Amino acid sequence: MRMIEVRGLHFSYDGKEVLHNINMTISDGEFIAIMGENGAGKTTLVKHFNGLLKPTRGEVYVDGVSTKKSTVAHLSRKVGLVFQNPDHQLFSETVFQEVAFSMRNFGYSEETIKKRANFILETLDLYPYAEASPFTLSGGERKRVALASVLVSDPKHIILDEPTIGQDYQQKDKLRNFIIQMNAQGRTVIIVTHDVEFVVDCKPRVVLLSRGSILADDAYDTVLSDSQLVEKASLVSPQIGLLMSSLSDLSFNPKILDIYQAKAAIEQRLCKTVSKTV
Amino acid sequence: MDPRPKFIIALTIFALSLMFMNIIVLLLLFIVQLPIVRIAKSLRRWFNSVKGGAVLAALIFVMNFLTGSTLVFSAAMTLRFLVLVSAFSLFFMTTSPDDLGLALEKARLPYTLSFTFTTAVRLVPTIALEAQTIIDAQRSRGLELERGNLLQRIRKYIPILIPLIVSAIRRSTELAEALESRGFGATKNRESLATLKMKPIDYAATIITAALFLVGIYAYFSIPIPSLETEIRLAPLWSF
Repeated sequence: MRMIEVRGLHFSYDGKEVLHNINMTISDGEFIAIMGENGAGKTTLVKHFNGLLKPTRGEVYVDGVSTKKSTVAHLSRKVGLVFQNPDHQLFSETVFQEVAFSMRNFGYSEETIKKRANFILETLDLYPYAEASPFTLSGGERKRVALASVLVSDPKHIILDEPTIGQDYQQKDKLRNFIIQMNAQGRTVIIVTHDVEFVVDCKPRVVLLSRGSILADDAYDTVLSDSQLVEKASLVSPQIGLLMSSLSDLSFNPKILDIYQAKAAIEQRLCKTVSKTV
Repeated sequence: MDPRPKFIIALTIFALSLMFMNIIVLLLLFIVQLPIVRIAKSLRRWFNSVKGGAVLAALIFVMNFLTGSTLVFSAAMTLRFLVLVSAFSLFFMTTSPDDLGLALEKARLPYTLSFTFTTAVRLVPTIALEAQTIIDAQRSRGLELERGNLLQRIRKYIPILIPLIVSAIRRSTELAEALESRGFGATKNRESLATLKMKPIDYAATIITAALFLVGIYAYFSIPIPSLETEIRLAPLWSF
């Protein structure tokens, strides 16, 4: 069954239309990056997926049910949304209580809550901090607590809003591996980001938004190697893409965005050139 | 318009609304603000702010009526509250925090105090937006604010208030550090980029407002204003 269907979605806020005629489908188990400049409507769009926002016109369906007919509490059991700033949700005395919060709202038994919360704390290397105050943790740790507090209820589909903001390279790398692992487990993963390098590393389907409309919806290499599209969305092309694009007059494939593919292509050309010379 | 005559208008309406308990005068004070709202082109915002005081206004009416006041008196007290809300909402809607700061400085208030006040005013929309984001984040974790009895619903605001307060404290600490790093308070003699200058319209508004205030005082002491007072009342609760 298709997970999310967006049909003719228009959304207005304070008399201004911020999403225009959005049409897209996200299948079960897909990995998608929704990209675009600041104010493109990315977060506004994903807030429709768990019912926080309802369409002004058009429809959004989650597992066949219109979001207009569902409550946020009902939809958030299936669609987990991790907000950009973890400090916008942390309030409990301990990390354990923070993580258990959503499961208590959903009415799970204490036994189940304890089991699942401990499991997710261990998975995200937060178990040593279970009894600590979330306010005493570092930025990266608080972000993991926020992620844990959404994952604990095991939503089938997870949305991460700007997950790489404020993260150093190592943490981004861990996050990338974790996202890929979640997707490999069959979860639908949607990331909202304008971090092109991170998207290239993750290799998802890319939906490019600009000024509330979809500019492109295709594989990451097709979208991010198109310099005109990328410029229209006020993004910067990935470094490897810029390199391969600048070498396109030497017959290098400008669509290569992966560093290993680029290395292989350059090595191949060098070997050919050397063997010709010899 | 200069913020000072605007403040004088708000203050005059405030003073007159406290002087008079007559519902006709209070209604006049409410109506007299409508042309100002029209000129300021802030009808929708003004209406929303008055609407925001509706719950408290209803509470004032009920409390007055239940404690033995007449229907008209209870309505007058409610109207007085709405007049006050309207007058000061109008002032803050039509005065930018920068102009407010300059006016406070002109009134010889220490710059650090006027800056604190205007920064607080400036941050209100930011905090309101943040509150909405926090509500969204908690609702995304299954929090249902509209469910439960009154006590349960009040308790459900704890997950919203705590992050909001923590965030506000964090923001103010960071702001204080940023200000200190840029020499805030280093010298008492500050130059301002902009200055306030009263224009003919400002003087005219001040004179008219002062005149109306004097008329109001005269009317209070000398002119018998018709009353709509009735004897419709409940017996006070304590008599049961």
